[in-house]
Amino acid sequence: MVNRHVVGAHYGLRDWLLQRVTAVVMLVYTVGLLAFLILAAGASYDSWKALFACTWVQVLSTVTILALLLHAWVGVRDIWMDYVQPLGLRLTLHVLTILYLIGSFVYAVKVVWGV
Amino acid sequence: MKMQFKIYRYNPDVDAKPYMQDCEVELEPTDKKLLDALVRLKVVDDTLSFRRSCREGVCGSDAMNINGKNGLACVTDVAGLKQPVEIRPLPGLPVIRDLIVDMTQFFKQYNSIKPYVINDTPPPSHERLQSPKDREELDGLYECILCACCSTSCPSFWWNPDKFVGPAGLLAAYRFIADTRDTATNERLDNLEDPYRLFRCHSIMNCVDVCPKHLNPTKAIGKIKELMVKRIA
Repeated sequence: MVNRHVVGAHYGLRDWLLQRVTAVVMLVYTVGLLAFLILAAGASYDSWKALFACTWVQVLSTVTILALLLHAWVGVRDIWMDYVQPLGLRLTLHVLTILYLIGSFVYAVKVVWGV
Repeated sequence: MKMQFKIYRYNPDVDAKPYMQDCEVELEPTDKKLLDALVRLKVVDDTLSFRRSCREGVCGSDAMNINGKNGLACVTDVAGLKQPVEIRPLPGLPVIRDLIVDMTQFFKQYNSIKPYVINDTPPPSHERLQSPKDREELDGLYECILCACCSTSCPSFWWNPDKFVGPAGLLAAYRFIADTRDTATNERLDNLEDPYRLFRCHSIMNCVDVCPKHLNPTKAIGKIKELMVKRIA
């Protein structure tokens, strides 16, 4: 029997770490937004709009959306890797996922910076 | 005491497909463990096949799926079991006959992590000593009996048994990484740094739930990831 040597592909740690770091970014943003909602209880549409018109809020929102999409990329790719065995189908799903996430990012940037 | 069973039966030479067999057995007062009951059953029907050896939770031969949860028949009390007791082979591995599964894939993954101390430095005249503190690092790791209860309860191992090392293999991998006498830590981490070999573990902890030796493969996997982060940070 041919003894085929098994070695790691030398990647995977970065993705795993990315998922954890992006989770922290999302948590901080969510807590911040919740704090605003609670502290500015009964906030009007105008105050809400004013908040999102601030450049720093727009920057933070964009960073969080980017974190969400990267987080989703690792997670959704994990699902394909777990359950989809045929290589061609799996790679196709990877590409479709990337295209969808890039599309979502462009749309989200348009929304956040269009206020 | 009478005990009712529902047992997975499959003999590929005779049966077109597996089936569940209902059976009943009269237990003696000395029959305390599930393995005792299975041995009684085998007296009645000697075609029933299962592995067993030490009958005291050391050899890991009689791992099976008992009422939906993996465990060792020899350390499972008959008293607490819901009847009829549903016995199936370990899930996810090919069945050879009845409760006997083909463990080739499981041991292949175990072998892939090089389960032995690697040390290229010249051997001392006596032995490579460890301090009691260093030795303590191996507690909770070296006790694994390779029964495969954990790996065969892990969905990631079910879907990718050829690529994911599995909880048993990864626990063993960390056992040698944690060993101060081993000098191949870097090579071992390289071997595991792979989206399939290590990172198919999503920490659902089925392995911890079923381990008959009460070990914690998820914790060991976490330590491996921690060392990988330390290596690049």
